[in-house]
Amino acid sequence: MQINKNAQQLLAPIVSNKKVGQYQQIIINIGDLASVCKPGNFVAINVGGSSSSMVLRRAFAISRVSISSTFGGTMELIVAPHGQGSKWLCAQGEGVTLDIVAPLGTAFGIPTEAVSVLLVGGGYGSAPLFGLAEVLNARGCRVDMLLGASTASKIYAPMEGKRAVNSMRIYTEDGSMGQAGRVTDPIPEIIKDLNVAVVYSCGPMPMLSAITKITDAHSVVHQCAVEEAMACGIGVCMTCVLPVENEDGTVSMLRSCIDGPVMDGSKVLWSQVGKQL
Amino acid sequence: MSTLDFSTTIGNTWFPAPTFTASGCASSGRELAQFFPLREMGGVVTKSVMSKARNGRPTPRMAETPSGMLNSIGLQGPGIDAFIAKDIPYLVEQKARIIVSIAGETVEEYATLARKLRSVAGISALEVNISCPNVENRGLVFACDPEASRRVIDGVRRTIGGDLPIIAKLSPDVTDLVSIARGVVDAGADGLALINTVLGMVINVDTMRPHLGGKTGGLSGPAIRPIAVRAVYQVHAALPKVPILGMGGVATGKDALEMILAGASGVSIGTASFGNPTAIMKIQSELKQLLIDRGFTSLKQAIGYAHRLETEEVDA
Repeated sequence: MQINKNAQQLLAPIVSNKKVGQYQQIIINIGDLASVCKPGNFVAINVGGSSSSMVLRRAFAISRVSISSTFGGTMELIVAPHGQGSKWLCAQGEGVTLDIVAPLGTAFGIPTEAVSVLLVGGGYGSAPLFGLAEVLNARGCRVDMLLGASTASKIYAPMEGKRAVNSMRIYTEDGSMGQAGRVTDPIPEIIKDLNVAVVYSCGPMPMLSAITKITDAHSVVHQCAVEEAMACGIGVCMTCVLPVENEDGTVSMLRSCIDGPVMDGSKVLWSQVGKQL
Repeated sequence: MSTLDFSTTIGNTWFPAPTFTASGCASSGRELAQFFPLREMGGVVTKSVMSKARNGRPTPRMAETPSGMLNSIGLQGPGIDAFIAKDIPYLVEQKARIIVSIAGETVEEYATLARKLRSVAGISALEVNISCPNVENRGLVFACDPEASRRVIDGVRRTIGGDLPIIAKLSPDVTDLVSIARGVVDAGADGLALINTVLGMVINVDTMRPHLGGKTGGLSGPAIRPIAVRAVYQVHAALPKVPILGMGGVATGKDALEMILAGASGVSIGTASFGNPTAIMKIQSELKQLLIDRGFTSLKQAIGYAHRLETEEVDA
């Protein structure tokens, strides 16, 4: 098996960088590489410039790729300026060249038949789901989407994102947008009503764990994109591991960078994350 | 155009270039092969392998620190049998030169590992990692104890026989590194790998607990480079004939040259590959140019050059 197949390191200019709510939408010109980036893949970006004390790349989900007549192939990232590295990235303007490695990691599996699917996003974890929705929609799937966050400002839901979905419902824990409650609350009912075959999710670990409980109970496939701290993004550092059950029932610590970020939720031992195996 | 002999030797083994991966920083090479041909560097030092498959420590396993990072992996790996069956053939097929790194919990485990590797074709040298900081019992860091270090190397030497060079990987977290280095060389080590990571800790001020799952971790990256340069310089001064694989925060050709001048016969690149998958290729070409610019016609002339007397200069 070839690891990091399709991945390339390249210097890629920022085409645009603008604020979208609490997040920053960054579009990068990646040329032909756009044709091999799939929903679920991520990019690892050098941050801080050449004299920086930040020695590690930062990993970001590729929220979508497109081929435009003006810029050729581009990738879009939705970045939350939380840490030192992401703040640096968010402050880089149009024309700045970034050292990127992409595409990395596993992609969401696309059903071979036009089944009904549910997409669940937590916070800015919803970003890669919009690109995925377009692909699923093109496959003929019925696509419904649930977005959740603690509060309205943390919901990422671009207007154009609604085009590829049949319905979109928003949940906030404080009730400041959409319905009050957790994004996981309506999932059992939706699975039954719409005869959902696959749940796709991206967001914080407790949300992914909660969704797995529901999908396991309903015998529905759960493809989730995990987020674990990474140093390298290419499989050499062994820091981003998660306990995952193998076919034979044994458990392995798998790297979320090369065996993920998209994993089969039912195989991840969520209660064992962060524990000594 | 100047010509430069870029080759180096460690024990009786010749390498076309002095650039290596650092054990634990390149897995078994497969992941980096997408970015450059593995045979283009001096060699792959594989992640330290133990007798049995091992899950390692709980997450979080890393914390970035200024100009460095802490890791707390805890020797996760497939075990020696799977390693020999899968990883060695792959590296041989890639025509990479291979330095296999081994780690054990007991003197006997090291000898067992050496016995399994003795008859494996395609290995250029054996690194005996006696200094991994990420073990439950700090008392098991053999390299902190001169006697334990000697016993491990002696056991491996007796098992492996006389041909395959043994490189002992030492810890900088000791009071007298030179005496430990001397001890392992007397016990049969042909070379030394200096330095392993420096034991460190980060406390998360929000949770107000140690950040790493394993509490402590090994500090690597440019933050520890001056410690590594000092270690290489001191050991080379005391044992000038013993080849040293220098490592610790090498991120540029200039950093690699510093290690060579301090007395290293080769350099290993670790954390830099996390930040840049092609770091080794970049460092290699920069190092070549820096040597040429300084009038060296071979890498070997530059090894330990910082130790020369004031009256000595390079014959250029």
